[in-house]
Parts: sequence; C-alpha cells; structure tokens
Amino acid sequence: MNKISIQNFSLQYSDGTESLRNISLEIPANQITVLFGPAGGGKSSLLRVLNRLNDLADVTHQEGKVLLDGEDILSLKTDVIALRRKVGMVFARPVVLPFSIRENLTYGLEVAGEKDSDRINGSVENSLQQAALWDEVKDRLDDPAIALSGGQQQRLCLARVLALEPEVILLDEPTSGLDPISTGKVEESLQGLKQDYTIILVPHSVQQAARTADLAAFLLQGELVEVASGDTMFTNPRDQRTQDYVQGRFG
Amino acid sequence: MDKNITRHESLITFFIKSTGYSAIVFVGMIFIFLLLEGLPAIQKVNLATLFSSRWYPIEDYFGLLPLIGGSLIITLGAILIAVPFGIGSAVYLSEIAPRWVRDLMKPFIEILGGLPSVVLGFLGMLILSPFLRKLLELPTGLTALTGSILLGGIAIPTVVSVAEDALDAVPKSFRDASLAIGATEWQTIWRVTLPAARSGVLTAIMLGVGRAIGETMTVMMVTGNAPILPKGINDLFSPVRTMTATIAAEMGEVASGSVHYHVLFLIGIVLFLISLIVNITASAVVFRQKKRQERILS
Repeated sequence: MNKISIQNFSLQYSDGTESLRNISLEIPANQITVLFGPAGGGKSSLLRVLNRLNDLADVTHQEGKVLLDGEDILSLKTDVIALRRKVGMVFARPVVLPFSIRENLTYGLEVAGEKDSDRINGSVENSLQQAALWDEVKDRLDDPAIALSGGQQQRLCLARVLALEPEVILLDEPTSGLDPISTGKVEESLQGLKQDYTIILVPHSVQQAARTADLAAFLLQGELVEVASGDTMFTNPRDQRTQDYVQGRFG
Repeated sequence: MDKNITRHESLITFFIKSTGYSAIVFVGMIFIFLLLEGLPAIQKVNLATLFSSRWYPIEDYFGLLPLIGGSLIITLGAILIAVPFGIGSAVYLSEIAPRWVRDLMKPFIEILGGLPSVVLGFLGMLILSPFLRKLLELPTGLTALTGSILLGGIAIPTVVSVAEDALDAVPKSFRDASLAIGATEWQTIWRVTLPAARSGVLTAIMLGVGRAIGETMTVMMVTGNAPILPKGINDLFSPVRTMTATIAAEMGEVASGSVHYHVLFLIGIVLFLISLIVNITASAVVFRQKKRQERILS
C-alpha cells in the first residue's frame, strides 16, 4: 500500500483563487516524490495540506481525501500535533529558531514532552549526522543557530525535522537559497534518507527535479497534469504541456 | 549659482539639525530649571526632615517618603495589572484573534489610550471606588488600589499597542517552523514568538510604566490624597498621595519663593530622576539585546 494517497482533492482560498483542482496522487514509501511545475501551480499548497499547515491559511473550500497509512488526515478527529510530528517539513528559506544550534534540535522533542535527556542528546548527534552537518558544528552546539551559513542553516532545519523521527519529510524548495555546493550536500543527504523516510520534494528547478525524482508529478495551475517515474517524466513525457515545460519552452 | 545652492543646502541642514538637537536642549533646560528652583529646598530644609514620613507643609513638615511611597505603590499595582492584561491582549490580537476581531479591537484600544485621564477619574470616583468600598468593606473607596486599577487601565493601551507591533514583527516563518515540528499554538507563542519579540515587549512595559508614574489627574481624583507612608501590601487598601498629585494640588496655592514652593520643585526633580532611570533601564535592556543580535549576525 502506498504511504500517502490523495483522492480527488480540491482546495480553494477565500480570495477566490483556486489552488488545487481534483488532485489524485499515490505517494509511495521510501522514495523521493517530486512535485514540480511553474509558480502558482499549487505545489506548496499541496505540501502544506499534508501536514495540515494549511489550516492557518484562509481556505474556504476543501474537498476530497488525503490518507496517510490509510487514515484520513483531513478529518476533524485527526490529532494535528501528532500528525505534524509524523510529517516533518523543511521550508524554502531556512528558518532557524532564535535559539542555539542544540536548542533548535531539542525544541521539537521538548514540546513533544520528551523528558529522557539521554534520548534527547542522542538525537542531537544522530540527526546532525543524518543531515551531514555533524562534523561542521559538533564543537559549537551552543552557538546561536543564526550564526551558521545559509546552507548549514538549511541542513539544521532538516536535522530538526529528523530529530523527531518522522515518517514523511516534506521539503518546499529547500535549496532555493543555497549555493551549488550546499545544494549538492542537501540532495546527497536526501538520497541517503529515503531508505528510512518517505520524501516529498518541491524542487526549485526542473534540473533538480530530474536529478532527485523517483516519482515525479507535474502540477500546472492547480491541475495534476502527469505523474510518471523520474526517468520517464524528464525524457519522454506523455503530455505536450509537460514536454514544453521540461524542455524549457515556458515557466 | 553653485554657491547659492551650497548656502541653501547648509541653511536647510542647519535648520534640520537644530530641530533635532532641540529635544536635548529642552530636556536640559527643564532639568536646569528644576534644579534652580528645587535645590534651594535642600539648603532650607534639613535632610532628616525630607526623609521623614510626615508631609504637612503648613507646619513645615516636608517628609517626601509618603509621597514617593504613594507613587511607587500605585505604580507597582498598575504594573501588576497592566503587564498581564496588556501582554495578554497583545498576544491575543496578534497571534490568536481572527482578522476581523483584530481590525475591530485595535481602534477601540487606541480610543481607550486617547481617553482624557479626567474622564477615567470620573469613572473611578463614581463607579469604581463605591464598588470597591462595598466589595471589600473598606471605610473609603478612595484607595491606592483604586488608583492602581485605573492607572493600569491607562497603561494597558500603551502596552498593548507597542507589544502587538513587536509581536507582529516576528517573522511568520518562525511560527510556521515551530508549528511544523509539532508544537502547539501556545508552545509556539510562549517559547518562540514572545522571546523573539522580547525587546519590543520590554519597551512596551517600560512605556506603560512611564505612562503610569507620570499620571496626575486620575490619581488625584481617586486615591484619597492622604500623605501616609505605605508600609506593606495592606496599604493598597488605604488612601495614599502621589508626588504628581501633590505638585498639582499644592502648586497653585503656594507662595512663590517659599520653602514649600522649593520643596514642590524638589519633588519634580525626584520624578524627573525616576522617569530618567526607567528610560535608561529600558534602553539599556534594548541596547544590550541589539548588541547581542549584532554579534550573532556578524
């Protein structure tokens, strides 16, 4: 069974803009699923539905189902806090909280009520290792996180998500503000992480989509145009619009 | 032609500069004036009298302690009311309230802030103090507590509006990030948003304190104006008199150049110093944090 199943999902914002129209998408576990397409296509909206962060936005109309492990996460009964611990998110711009490096990592566990300090300390090192940041910061964990470089901050954000041991990781253009070397490092970490996690990525370029995608979904103006494996999508897409976009004719 | 423009420019520069410096000049001149009129009091009245606890100018008792104590206890009470209510409403407005509630409430809070203090004094005299007298079974409703409640009310709008601006300036991304790792709304407010807005919130509190300690009319109307030195928390329920109320009440009747006259100016100096200390503390706190942030960013 697929990890996440989006069924006939539509979403409309209160200013009348329709963000998503009748989306159906199956997202497999332990793969990198890439949502790509031109700006305003609804990629971020879709991502924010998956951890219910869109609850904060002015959504007037929403219909359809989103199942995580077979359970509808949009239902009123869903424990949103627990859901967000299971479905972590990394944002486009690195948002380190105004604490030290260590506190950025322990914050999630502490608000979750974790008291075991061994477990908390262990997860600091563990998550930094996974995000390929440990060697760079191990001697200055108590420095303010804002002192890190942009690329390091973004990997810290990834580590912060990993510290909670989620099942799904959402990444919204995680490398848009990073230089090529940092971008490479983040992408490399993702390849390593997919053994343990389900990863959903909104890339910041078609090239990145092509590099990282196991499964790719092309979103255009709120519509899901095409879903295919990464290899097919970027070499031999079915739909003319996908082909135009992938080959750089628009967008 | 060129010369003309240069002269023109330097004239404007001079004008703008002098408006800028005028604030400092005014403060300096006020302080000098206060010193000139107030310091003779120290020569004419010995210090032991000034630090006694009896204020009865007609018989040459010029003890300032009851007045200072009165101002402090009322201000303290006002802070205890204004800080939780002010920060609470600011948090509600900026973090929790839906947009329309916020758009509705902000103007009301600003109106509350612009209310003349005499009007609040009326409310205090006619409604609050009889109510407190009955509720707490006091001999009189004109007490320090009445003054504190009203001063708290006066300080709240200042605290709310400055603190709300500070909270609003915290990037939305901080909240998103905190919520996205499973923090509740309350955890996010308490652990991320409020600390991030710390310096603005402190400024709000200090401005509120400044507003409360300088307030005259309301306290004069509702605190009973008995110059009794408050000795403990129980004295919240008895009448007190503040420094500001004393100056306002007695200045009109005092003979210019008399000892009493100079002592009133001395009270003015004390008030001036207190508000200076409050302001310096506030900016020191904010400054220290700025330094820290700058260090972090560099």
